Amino acid sequence: MEYIVIIIGAILVNNIVLAQFLGICPFVGVSNKISTSVGMGGAVLFVMTIATIVTWLIQMYVLRPFGIGFMQTIAYILVIASLVQMVEIILKKVSPALYQALGVFLPLITTNCAVLGVAILAVQNDFNLLESVVFALANAGGFTLAMLLFAGIREHLDLMEVPSLMRGVPIALVAAGILALAFMGFTGIV
Amino acid sequence: MNQMQNFTKGFIKENPVFVMLLGLCPALGVTTSAFNGLGMGLATTFVLVMSNLVVSLIKNFIPDKVRIPSFIVIIASFVTIVELVMQGFLPALFEQLGLFIPLIVVNCLVLGRAEAFASKKSLPVAIVDGLGMGLGFAFALTVLGGVREILGSGAIFDIDLMPGDFMLVFVLAPGAFIGLGYLVAISRKLNK
Amino acid sequence: MASKRESNFFNMVSTLILVTGIAALSLGGIYNITKGPIEEAKLRKQEEAIKAVLPAFERLETRMIRSAHEADSLQFNFAFDEQDHLVGVAVNSFTNKGFSGNIKVMVGLLPDGTINNTSVLEHKETPGLGDKMQQNKSDWSLQFNGVNPAAFDLRMTKDGGQIDAITAATISARAFSDAIQRAYDTFELNKGDF
Repeated sequence: MEYIVIIIGAILVNNIVLAQFLGICPFVGVSNKISTSVGMGGAVLFVMTIATIVTWLIQMYVLRPFGIGFMQTIAYILVIASLVQMVEIILKKVSPALYQALGVFLPLITTNCAVLGVAILAVQNDFNLLESVVFALANAGGFTLAMLLFAGIREHLDLMEVPSLMRGVPIALVAAGILALAFMGFTGIV
Repeated sequence: MNQMQNFTKGFIKENPVFVMLLGLCPALGVTTSAFNGLGMGLATTFVLVMSNLVVSLIKNFIPDKVRIPSFIVIIASFVTIVELVMQGFLPALFEQLGLFIPLIVVNCLVLGRAEAFASKKSLPVAIVDGLGMGLGFAFALTVLGGVREILGSGAIFDIDLMPGDFMLVFVLAPGAFIGLGYLVAISRKLNK
Repeated sequence: MASKRESNFFNMVSTLILVTGIAALSLGGIYNITKGPIEEAKLRKQEEAIKAVLPAFERLETRMIRSAHEADSLQFNFAFDEQDHLVGVAVNSFTNKGFSGNIKVMVGLLPDGTINNTSVLEHKETPGLGDKMQQNKSDWSLQFNGVNPAAFDLRMTKDGGQIDAITAATISARAFSDAIQRAYDTFELNKGDF
């Protein structure tokens, strides 16, 4: 039951992009096409889940026992940065097909605040390891959902007549606002 | 480009938020009021100036291949300093900004300036650049926060302009996107 | 410009170790400097909340007491005056029935169980709607003050109680009332031990 609450909460109620404002850069930057959105979503799913597991273990078995919680930010970002590199190297060797699909998105993920944000939130919410994994998967799902919906809207927007000043990013942001308004309808269901 | 231009470019012409679209997560996330925007902007400015300073100082010492990890460690250290100091001396603001303080570390603006600017330029140029870009960022966040506060709660810097609530939606998530969208359009008009 | 150091294995490893080492050492130093103020800020916040919800007192005694509602404990802050008489109890109560997440409320109870005052410590309710339970946003929560839950139904009028809900934020209002009920019930259950 609580897993369902975590999943619905992360995907619909507190959508990581539309309600929590994490991962906005890729949301605005690479959501022009549905296909690139899927690629980015897949890469985030991969890295976010592994990063959350590793940072959770570091928090519980290194930072807490030694009482150096203030090193959290620096430890997490180093884990994520090296993880991204490692995933890139391993993927290149093991699954060239997957690397082809996700490769270009991987370097962008280091500075994707959604990954660091979810890792910190999982610890802040006192989740256990399994809950953290579910939380990371659900948030990656929420990220992908928002990207896909938004890419769909933007593909249509490209064909519309928009005043020149609003063309591109401004109108996309307004559209994102309306999407966020729609997602607000989910508040309070869990 | 002289130092004056180097300093002022961050405000309008190369504004990190309105023109370069960097650091959008905190720009949207914390700007429920002008004061929060200003606080976040100044915290980011501190990190930006200090990391530019250190990166410019040690740029010749760092081998090229470990450049990025070293920069990240430097930035993360200054972010942690901000985190600790704010928690101790400005606890109310720290609570408001919450998660977005540690997330300064992944603000593309900070790493971007370190990598593209400070690692190539001399110390004074790098510091002025950090200061200009940081204050430009703070300016953008304060404007967005101000617009949302006026339209959403009918107040500015907590001073009530009109009694009661106004267009509540502007304090909520959708208002952040819509407000930023229009401000980007306005800054395009100004830069024409 | 002086030439960059070469990217050979030794240079890379030594640079990274040096950079992280310096970072860790300086952060450790800063942490030791700010540790005091951070603790103080937390304590001050708690103390201010206690002072706000209780009549004037001389000293405090803190104890954890098992909640009457679930397997969790609440922090009870007993306040005494100069003659060591109990003037009231500030209960660090909470509810998980909030519209978006937990709400933490400091509830000030007089020795007979009457609610003296309340103060919201932490919440994530909608700004402009649910956050009206904070006293700096609206007077809504003042209707709890001075009533004794023994003879007063803390539920909303639309649920058969005696409290007017917050317009357009009934869930937040119910949650707030739930936190107070939790504090009161735990107080009542353990009254004999005080």
